[in-house]
Amino acid sequence: MDPLCFAFRLGVHLHQGFTFLHGSHLYIPPARYLRMPAPIRLRELIRTIRTARTQAEEREMIQKECAAIRSSFREEDNTYRCRNVAKLLYMHMLGYPAHFGQLECLKLIASQKFTDKRIGYLGAMLLLDERQDVHLLMTNCIKNDLNHSTQYVQGLALCTLGCMGSSEMCRDLAGEVEKLLKTSNSYLRKKAALCAVHVIRKVPELMEMFLPATKNLLNEKNHGVLHTSVVLLTEMCERSPDMLAHFRKNEKLVPQLVRILKNLIMSGYSPEHDVSGISDPFLQVRILRLLRILGRNDDDSSEAMNDILAQVATNTETSKNVGNAILYETVLTIMDIKSESGLRVLAINILGRFLLNNDKNIRYVALTSLLKTVQTDHNAVQRHRSTIVDCLKDLDVSIKRRAMELSFALVNGNNIRGMMKELLYFLDSCEPEFKADCASGIFLAAEKYAPSKRWHIDTIMRVLTTAGSYVRDDAVPNLIQLITNSMEMHAYTVQRLYKAIFGDYSQQSLVQVASWCIGEYGDLLVSGQCEEEEPIQVTEDEVLDILESILISNMSVSVTRGYALTAIMKLSTRFTCTVNRIKKVVSIYGSSIDVELQQRAVEYNALFKKYDHMRPALLERMPVMEKVTTNGPTEVVQTNGETEPAVLETKPPPGLQPTSQANDLLDLLGGNDTTPVIPTAPMSKPASAGGELLDLLGDLNLTGSPASAPTPAPQISQPPFLLDGLSSQPLFNDVAAGIPSITAYSKNGLKIDFTFERSNTNPSVTVITIQASNSTELDMTDFVFQAAVPKTFQLQLLSPSSSVIPAFNSGTITQVIKVLNPQKQQLRMRIKLTYNHKGSAMQDLAEVNNFPPQSWQ
Amino acid sequence: SFTGLANQTFCTVLLYKNSPSLKTRESEDIQQQIIRETFHLVSKRDENVCNFLEGGLLIGGSDNKLIYRHYATLYFVFCVDSSESELGILDLIQVFVETLDKCFENVCELDLIFHVDKVHNILAEMVMGGMVLETNMNEIVTQIDAQNKLEKSETFIFQSPRQDR
Repeated sequence: MDPLCFAFRLGVHLHQGFTFLHGSHLYIPPARYLRMPAPIRLRELIRTIRTARTQAEEREMIQKECAAIRSSFREEDNTYRCRNVAKLLYMHMLGYPAHFGQLECLKLIASQKFTDKRIGYLGAMLLLDERQDVHLLMTNCIKNDLNHSTQYVQGLALCTLGCMGSSEMCRDLAGEVEKLLKTSNSYLRKKAALCAVHVIRKVPELMEMFLPATKNLLNEKNHGVLHTSVVLLTEMCERSPDMLAHFRKNEKLVPQLVRILKNLIMSGYSPEHDVSGISDPFLQVRILRLLRILGRNDDDSSEAMNDILAQVATNTETSKNVGNAILYETVLTIMDIKSESGLRVLAINILGRFLLNNDKNIRYVALTSLLKTVQTDHNAVQRHRSTIVDCLKDLDVSIKRRAMELSFALVNGNNIRGMMKELLYFLDSCEPEFKADCASGIFLAAEKYAPSKRWHIDTIMRVLTTAGSYVRDDAVPNLIQLITNSMEMHAYTVQRLYKAIFGDYSQQSLVQVASWCIGEYGDLLVSGQCEEEEPIQVTEDEVLDILESILISNMSVSVTRGYALTAIMKLSTRFTCTVNRIKKVVSIYGSSIDVELQQRAVEYNALFKKYDHMRPALLERMPVMEKVTTNGPTEVVQTNGETEPAVLETKPPPGLQPTSQANDLLDLLGGNDTTPVIPTAPMSKPASAGGELLDLLGDLNLTGSPASAPTPAPQISQPPFLLDGLSSQPLFNDVAAGIPSITAYSKNGLKIDFTFERSNTNPSVTVITIQASNSTELDMTDFVFQAAVPKTFQLQLLSPSSSVIPAFNSGTITQVIKVLNPQKQQLRMRIKLTYNHKGSAMQDLAEVNNFPPQSWQ
Repeated sequence: SFTGLANQTFCTVLLYKNSPSLKTRESEDIQQQIIRETFHLVSKRDENVCNFLEGGLLIGGSDNKLIYRHYATLYFVFCVDSSESELGILDLIQVFVETLDKCFENVCELDLIFHVDKVHNILAEMVMGGMVLETNMNEIVTQIDAQNKLEKSETFIFQSPRQDR
């Protein structure tokens, strides 16, 4: 029993408050302290706080205690300082400010007592970091403590330095750390090793300094030291390829590690390091990891470790998590080094076994590593496809996500039908956070491997009906393009779409596609011809009923209404008996509140009234689109072949949509892997596939639809788009003498206008000045504008005037863009906007296509 | 990475910030937010799902994972980056808990709540600077005992027989 306790009991009986312990001090507090009660103990504080029933009560208690602590600090009370700081740390953990304790921590560190130092260093680790200037004051203390006679004090110092040392501190103290790395005291050596790792991370130049000390590290018997040494070596190898080469050749590190690993496996039961029957698994895992780094891309090293890896892989017991952890690490190592094929197959089979394991963690881990290897060892992973697909039905969200990603990676031409069935089923039943990704994945897979057009259309329709609200914006135009391309399916498609939206207008994407198709192929619909399935009998009025209900429905967004109105208009040339009804509908919307609808309606009205002779030509059937634009519905409507009835344009209204523009779009959108050539394009366009565009534009993946579509007439003049008229210029505008400016983007209250200037000296340069304005009631901050152009252009963005767009259109951000267009191609641009608005981060991508011809010709 | 303990009614028992590479730091508000978010994510988990969670938005981005284990009324949560082996961390948590058990003798939640500083000390012997330092239980317990003895021998304020703070 502790002699102090014993003596105290004795003392209490003998005399109140004094103890007769020989060799100890008698502590009589000075008079002034007797007035102030001693600060309460940490346990008392914790107990008190736990009794608080509300947040406010707790705050009150904390504040009271903080005040007491503060006055105690002011009194420079050495005795109770560590008690107070301990309480402060507790309060800090609960979330209350504790910065006034920082200096006190330093005082504690400087004290001679171990107790003080312990709390002081803990406080330093929790409260201080390199952002506070105060921390540098610690450097000297740490230096002294690193040379202290008591190893625990040295340990504390190493610990603190290793956790939060700044680069200045590390530079100053690296020498001391290195000295301790060579000591024979294993307690200190292991701490020094990790501290060295931290130093290297902070100040990479000092790495060489630790090199000599590492020579003998692996000869240690103590596992703690071995473990941290391996960590240190790993860090050095990862950071510097020179080090890596050095260790491989000169130090013969690989054989050393192999030897240690062998000992671990072969040695019998060792109670010290045993975890569930396996000897020091942590060390084994670390060694395996280091072997991985050493063996990567190096034949000799890989060969030296082949045997031991095979041994570990076959001999490790897999009944507990421990064994699996080691196996997992082994598998990762095998996959990463240049192992022989037998070993690789062994590894993948282990992963396959993991997938069947009952333990969820193992399954998760297996799926993660299969995802990494599916690129390189595709066939081997294919063998486990059915297991992976089963994981889609797992209840665990993390596992489902991994399984979904892996499934998409495994889809190929042979298994597309089966896989798609499973994936569609998954789409039906999965959580909303997956639906968007799953839908996009399905689209991509379908585009790449669709066995037939009908299957493709069916699949997309299925996705739209089940997850229509989650699909990305580019799904709609993609589908439309797909439909136009499959001419024989038009009747079937429009019929199915009609049935799908009958009575239910909630799925916006579906409704948009359906409206477009009905507008385009309405004549096929009412004529009742369909080869693929039973034709339905529909009258023109019924069709118009549907379209009108879409227009009226509360569920339709403005874009959908636009589609519907245009569809109605197109039907005026396809339907025979209901033209008057169409005229009536169109004229009603001429006074719609929605500006977009209003403008369209007015223009269509004009078509009826003044330009009726042009109407059939304008509203003709769409030709096949080679490539599709992926910017959303507005884009699609633009390429509709409908033109603004701008009479003042002297160009003849082109009935056909020149699809040579599609080639530009191809470049713009990139990621394509088929050749799109349109032989009629007279300009020497680089008909390249997959122009790698700036990463700015993301990874939009276009299909190369089989170039079986007939190429259109070689029309390359750009028709004025319908939306040009809608968005930028007044309807019947005189073409201005200067270059007209355009509104490039207008959404959510943010509007961006482009004004143009051509350089007099260099005719290929166009200078665009953008003005961003904000019509909402809150400012938009951190506004960043980025732009990308097709490959043949060059872009230079100058700095913006500011990054805040004030609300209520009270100010704008201006930025200048210079575009170099040596080949005088049609200007197209994709822009990315990021800003903060109403407390949330917003981001948007948009394409700008309505550049006036004078800006680039 | 950081280590946190929380009990089921969401009271943080311990939070040990371990590595200077945490991107969001220091401000107590953000710290509390991280804790709250972590707790939300972890407490929603069912019993038979896997023990890994991708971290929320505040925790250093997508490289960091939360690995947790549930013992009686407490959750032990470790936030690690991709350089650590996930399954290995699960074992580490186990060793940590067993060490606590040895040091406190049949540890229970109250022990951990009232002896926060001691838990910190134990953790400091196991993990340093975001990396695993020592995994041998006996070794750790020996060191802790020695340091506690050192402390005891220093203090002679006689408020009570036991020298706790």
